[in-house]
Formats: sequence, structure tokens, C-alpha cells
Amino acid sequence: MASEQPQQGGIRLKVRVNGEQHESVVDPRMNLADYLREELRLTATHVGCEHGVCGICNVLVDGQTVRSCLMLAVQVDGKEVLTVEGLAEGGKLHPIQEAFIEEHGLQCGFCTGGFMMAICELFDRNPSPSEEEIKEVVGGQICRCTGYNAILRSVQNAAAKMGASRS
Amino acid sequence: MKSAPFEYVAPSTISGVLEILGQNDPDEVKLMAGGQSLMPLLNMRLSRPALVLDLGRVADLDFIRETDQGVVIGAMTTKRAVEDSELILREHPLFWESTVAIGHPPIRNRGTVGGSMAQADPASEYPAVALVLEAELVAVSARGERTIPADDFFVTYLTTCLEPDEVLTEIRIPRLAPRTGWAFQEVARRHGDFAIVGATATLGLEAGVAVEPRIAVFGAGDRALRFPSAESLLAGQPATDEVIDEVAAQVAAAVEDPLDDAHASADYRRHLAGVLVGRVLREAAVRAAEASTGA
Ligand SMILES: Cc1cc2nc3c(=O)[nH]c(=O)nc-3n(C[C@H](O)[C@H](O)[C@H](O)COP(=O)(O)OP(=O)(O)OC[C@H]3O[C@@H](n4cnc5c(N)ncnc54)[C@H](O)[C@@H]3O)c2cc1C
Repeated sequence: MASEQPQQGGIRLKVRVNGEQHESVVDPRMNLADYLREELRLTATHVGCEHGVCGICNVLVDGQTVRSCLMLAVQVDGKEVLTVEGLAEGGKLHPIQEAFIEEHGLQCGFCTGGFMMAICELFDRNPSPSEEEIKEVVGGQICRCTGYNAILRSVQNAAAKMGASRS
Repeated sequence: MKSAPFEYVAPSTISGVLEILGQNDPDEVKLMAGGQSLMPLLNMRLSRPALVLDLGRVADLDFIRETDQGVVIGAMTTKRAVEDSELILREHPLFWESTVAIGHPPIRNRGTVGGSMAQADPASEYPAVALVLEAELVAVSARGERTIPADDFFVTYLTTCLEPDEVLTEIRIPRLAPRTGWAFQEVARRHGDFAIVGATATLGLEAGVAVEPRIAVFGAGDRALRFPSAESLLAGQPATDEVIDEVAAQVAAAVEDPLDDAHASADYRRHLAGVLVGRVLREAAVRAAEASTGA
């Protein structure tokens, strides 16, 4: 647990990831991306630039998108983390994932998880975003394959799917 | 990438923070706010503190409050909280507008107001806006508290007047005079990137004449720059295109030693400073005119 006095070596950490409670002892310098990948073996969170620019390592912490390379693992103590692995429910893909497949929102797939997590937060704040509002969020990650148009269409498709399932 | 080893502490009170700073050599300690500038430096080992002192659990530094004089923002308030604040949108639309120009949503979810002020990146939006809004920054240390006008706070590249044992606690933004027009513009290669150059201004109009104009530019020099001589050239003059062009030209000429790097040449930055100051003054004048006709 994060403490009032300096700690070296292992720090105890309790965190809920994709609904599952985990307890670990981590080195203070371990970032959240490495914790998810190396400690929890949740390797769908990819690591790109490792200094916050590319957005590929995005995950949700208490519902907010963060660059997991720019957060320390110890900082998610007591919090709720959602990664790409947590999107599908009971073997059924999330509408955002289905939409990416239908619209060819990915080619190599390396960046895709980062986009999906940012889009999750977008829909949480705004279930029917305008094209401008989608671009603002999509523009926060880097994709070197699609040219973004297919991603934009994926988000619009997902918004339609999710709207339909709500009504 | 993996940062060099460090010890970690996350006190929950300001007194706890000062106590830790007192027990350690402050030069060996790095305060962490949102980490959106510090984490890249740690990952790349450009910063190798012995101790990271995380301010993330100090709830007393996370607030937005209205006072008789204006608005006070706690240093640990995230940019996202500013973006979502009705109070800021209503009282300080300029501060709001500059907030959504910073990075991307995930950066604003973590990055703080105090962190951007303390980081003092010359291309950062907040320092320039703090200058035109004549904000004050409050810092505490074991030696006490001091209030620093924005004009004195930003020193040079990535350098403020804060001492290593001082912690920035809040930013006080005085209320704008009634009917003040404002504007903010920047040029970046992509939306969300650090600006190549940006400009911001506030301005009142009385019978078409400029009152108390304030002008600042970021991304052009070693820090956010304010231009008192251009401001006095404009004050008392009618805010016509001709006058504004003259003021903008004076700003461009006054940028000392503009940055020259891979993103843009010094000449281009000087040119942009003039163009953007012209634009923000025109826009601020329109807003001021609308405000005085009650539109
Ligand atoms: C992809 C990306 C894009 C970005 N784009 C922009 C942009 O367009 N414009 C922009 O302005 N910024 C941008 N940033 C930087 C971002 O805004 C940072 O959040 C900000 O510069 C620092 O705030 P922070 O809270 O993250 O501070 P940290 O990174 O935690 O700290 C920054 C520095 O300030 C010191 N510090 C922090 N808080 C205090 C305090 N209370 N008292 C004393 N010292 C303190 C720290 O010790 C450290 O030296 C971007 C960052 C990324 C990763």
C-alpha cells in the first residue's frame, strides 16, 4: 500500500483488474503497462513509444483512459482497471470490437487496443458523439496502417450498435 | 524502457509532504503530480531521483473554488476536471479554451494544472494564459507560504522560481473586468501536439478604444512572454485593423532569440507570433464589443 513514509523495494498493491481482485508486491519504478503485461500476463495492452505519445498502452483506471506507460503500478492501489481483455463478456465481443472487425478498423492490430479503450471512455461520457468529438478522441492515438478513416467508421458503427442495444 | 530505481512515498497531507521534504535532500527528491511530463523523463532516465514523492493522494490540493476575487484552482486538479468545470467555463472561458488545447483526453485525465505551471515548458498553454489573466501562484515550504505573480514565476526553459523544497499548492485567477474580450489561438502540426507558437490576449473596449490590453505568446521564446510595450502601444487607441497590425508587428520584432529547432525555424516562429497576436487581438476586440452591446 502507498504509504506516508518512503519505501524501497516491494510495495504491496491491491487492485481490481477486469473485475478480478489482485494482490501483488511491486517495485516502485514498475509502470502500469509492465505490471499488467509481466505480472498479470495481460498482454493485450501493447507498449509502443513508452513516453505517452502513441496511446497504444491506454487502459481505463476508474473509468478514465490513461497511458499505462505514464502511471506507476503502485498508483492504481485500490483502483479499478479495465484492459482490452475485459471488453468481451462471456465470450461475446464488445460492440466496439465487432464494429472494428466489420469496418476494417485495424490491419496489423498493434495499436487497436489503445483506440478501443479511449473509445470506451468516449461513449461513457457521450453515447452519441459528433464526428468532431470522435476525431478529438481518435486523434489521441497513433495508427500507422489504417489512415484513421476506417477507425472513424468503426466508432460510428459502434455508436449505432450501442444506441440500438440501449433503446 | 525502465526508469532507474527510486524509493516511493505518497503522503496524504500537505504537512506530510513538507515533512518528507524536510527529512531528505530536496535535490534528491522529485515531486510527481500527474506524471505526464515526469514519467517520460523517468522512463528515458533523463531524471534519476532517489525518491519520488507522489502528490496524488493529497486531496487538499484537488479543488476548484470561487472566491470574492475570482477562481482558485488546487495544484493537483486535473486538466480534465477543469474541462468538466461549469465554473471555469463561465468565469474563465479563456482558461477553459486553453485547457482543451492541451494534449489528448488521456493526458488531461492525469496531467494537472500545477504540474504544467511547474514544468514551465516554453510551448505550454497554461503559463501564457496565467500571464494575461495575471494569475498568482501559491507555494508552501517548511519556511512558510509565498504568493508569486505569474510574471515572476516563469524564469526560463523548464525553470520556475520555485525552490527545491517548495510545493505549488494553488493558482489564483482574478475575475476579469466586466466586458473584457479574450482570445486564444495556437498553431500545431497536429491537434493535441505541443504548439509551435500560440498567442493569447484580453482586452476591454470603451467607445471603440482599447482598455488594459494584455498580450502573451508561447512557443516562441525560452518561456511564455508578455509584451508590455506592445500593450501600451495599443492602450487608448481605437482597436482598428491598422492599429492591431502595428501592435502585432511590434510583438514579432520584440521576440528575442526565437526558438529554432526541427519543428520550426526562428524566422517562422517570429512570423507566427505576429500573425497570431493580430488574430487574437481582433477576436478579443470582437468579443469585447459584443459584451458591451450586451449581445
Ligand atoms: C502526448 C503528450 C502530449 C502533451 N501535450 C501537451 C500540450 O499540448 N501542452 C502542454 O502544455 N502540455 C502537454 N503535455 C504535458 C502535460 O500537460 C503534463 O501533464 C504537464 O506538463 C505536467 O503536468 P503533470 O501533472 O503531469 O506533472 P508531472 O509530470 O508530474 O510533473 C512535472 C514537473 O512539475 C513538478 N511539479 C508537479 N507538481 C508540482 C507541485 N505541486 N509543486 C512543485 N513542483 C511540481 C514535478 O516535480 C516535475 O518536475 C503533453 C504530454 C504528453 C505525454
